[in-house]
Amino acid sequence: MSDLYQTQRAMRNKRQAAIQRGVIAVLDVGSAKIACFVLRFDGPERFRDAEGIGSMAGQSAFRVIGAATTRSRGVRFGEIETMHETERAIRTAVQAAQKMANVRVDHVIACFSGAKPRSYGVTGSVDLQDGQVSENCVARALASCDLPDYGGEREVLHAQPVNFAVDHRSGLGDPRGQAGNALSTDLHMLTVDRTPIENLLYCIKRCDLDVAGIASSAYAAGISSLVEDEQELGAACIDLGGGSTGISIFIKKHMIYADTVRMGGDHVTSDISQGLQVPMPTAERIKTFYGGVVATGMDDREMIDLSSDTGDWEHDRRTVSRAEVIGVMRPRMEEILEEVRVRLDAAGFEHLPSQRIVLTGGASQLPGLDGLATKILGQQVRLGRPLRVQGLPQSVTGPSFAAAVGTCLFAAHPQDEWWDFDVPVDSYPARSLKRAVKWFKDNW
Amino acid sequence: MRAVRRSPTLKRDPAPSKWAYRAERLWLRPGFRRLVRTGAPLGLAVAAGIWYFGDPARQQAIADWMVEARASIETRPEFMVKVMAVDGASDILDGHIREVMPVELPVSSFDLDLEAMRSQVESLDAVERVDLRVRAGGVLQVTVEERVPAIIWRGPDGLELLDDMGHRVAQIAVRSERPDLPIIAGEGANTAVPEALALLEAAEPIGGRVQGLVRISELRWDLVMDRGQRIMLPQNGAGPALDRVIALNEAQDLLARDIARVDIRNGDRPTVRLTEDALENMRLLKGIEIKGNTDE
Repeated sequence: MSDLYQTQRAMRNKRQAAIQRGVIAVLDVGSAKIACFVLRFDGPERFRDAEGIGSMAGQSAFRVIGAATTRSRGVRFGEIETMHETERAIRTAVQAAQKMANVRVDHVIACFSGAKPRSYGVTGSVDLQDGQVSENCVARALASCDLPDYGGEREVLHAQPVNFAVDHRSGLGDPRGQAGNALSTDLHMLTVDRTPIENLLYCIKRCDLDVAGIASSAYAAGISSLVEDEQELGAACIDLGGGSTGISIFIKKHMIYADTVRMGGDHVTSDISQGLQVPMPTAERIKTFYGGVVATGMDDREMIDLSSDTGDWEHDRRTVSRAEVIGVMRPRMEEILEEVRVRLDAAGFEHLPSQRIVLTGGASQLPGLDGLATKILGQQVRLGRPLRVQGLPQSVTGPSFAAAVGTCLFAAHPQDEWWDFDVPVDSYPARSLKRAVKWFKDNW
Repeated sequence: MRAVRRSPTLKRDPAPSKWAYRAERLWLRPGFRRLVRTGAPLGLAVAAGIWYFGDPARQQAIADWMVEARASIETRPEFMVKVMAVDGASDILDGHIREVMPVELPVSSFDLDLEAMRSQVESLDAVERVDLRVRAGGVLQVTVEERVPAIIWRGPDGLELLDDMGHRVAQIAVRSERPDLPIIAGEGANTAVPEALALLEAAEPIGGRVQGLVRISELRWDLVMDRGQRIMLPQNGAGPALDRVIALNEAQDLLARDIARVDIRNGDRPTVRLTEDALENMRLLKGIEIKGNTDE
């Protein structure tokens, strides 16, 4: 745990150094595509004197000067499967983005969706000795959280304090300076499998890049697609990606739950491919051009030509109606959404004051998906697109880039995490002082 | 029926090789780029230059070539000075100037040292001021302002013409070469020419009889007149003293009388010396007889 604490602290320092240098890259390693943005930190926000969140949540501090996307290779379910393929894909994306930005980037903040994230809510409390909450008290309170046994092969990806309570006053965002006798904190901890993270870090390192931070893409999609009041009142962001579907629940501007359903748009494509006996690229084209989840009478008459060139005339002249395609796609989308429903129920989403659900990610562009989602997830469903950030090319403003844009925001203004607080200087100095006093008493 | 328009080729998105990627990243370093774009060509050029010009034979060849090129430019007809034109000089002076001019025409105008030539020409006594310039058409224009002789000085080296400031202009053999000029004599007379000229101008009323001025002991002037008459002027205030004598002459016709000297060196006590005959006549008139005066 302290090992990871040090790693994360080192990443934070690198992020600081990169922002000081003014250029940082953001890498979204997804199952369908790998996106790389190059951010330049030269906006007016950067030189602002005042502390705290600036205008537009600190996004005016940076500008996207390079953006590149490449087809992902060797990634399944958001986890790297073939290291060299993925390394090459990352290299392609980074090089293209660098070329567009015409600047070399050395630091990268990555986000990925796989590795079976699991959320834990942990609490810790500490007595306040001097009757006032100081920064050190916060650190001690965070350190005092009793950690669940999340397994040896897992790592903590995010550990964000979501709530502070001084005595019996709960719901404090920033408890520093408050008077009281006891400080307790709620920490949301997201753990992931260690191996995929190590693979990702290794791939990025092989590209001569320094990792300045890692984020869960479910979290990143949430901070970019949920608008401020949704984040405040409670909402879930469903990031329908290629290989996996990320779920993140926000309330009071904090993520309180994140999970992944290991199904996504690629499964729909493979269903079409299997069901209609067509190659995957054709299936992908059929899905993007004629896909849908609600069949109408018109769709029965709309025939799709499945031409191929195997040489077999019968095989090459097949046609399929759009209704059939929809009939293949809809069960899979229903399955994904049902699974999401299960996860949301498990997280206790129905207890939130507002139950807004935002669909984003590449698969959310499927026509009629919001109607289907309304039936499964509840009435308050909307389709979300990521926040518009400065300098982002029009071609990468779609919902597919929610996680990448969210990582930009994460890079510009990360939420406080456990490792942002200093190591608590608690018992050791006091004890040594006591020992010194005792030594004096004994000897004089 | 609608067709799935199959894309004949997938969009090519080849991954760069590791070395291509590294090279690209290296190229994106501003320092490296500057090094390659400016440093390397510069270094290459300098190295090539050092190698090329390091050979002594080549250096010699280049030096020779430069000298030759310079010479060929200097000897172009546009830069040659072929004729010398002397303005404002008498024929004799013209000859002198052409004699002392230290260049052989035709010569390139790059080789002319006009300042040295000017000082050379100005060292001639008869030249007061000279302007030298190379005029268009290859003409060396020498504009001379000659000294105007104002007076003749009979000095230790014979008769010399002096200008109004006492500077030597030329030498003459006989007085009759310049009968229009007054004459002065005596050692050091040439140093007081302005005073002499002023005195001669003041002596204009008796100008017909004035023969010249003689400098005595390099201090004062004697105005010499015909019939052996002299007016001895003081060292200071010679002009007013001469005016007094002239006034006396106009009033009493002093100089027409038979006197040898008018001594006005002491302004309080002007004195006249009579000639021998006049003295005897006066003695006869007064009935004075001087005995024992054996010299008379």
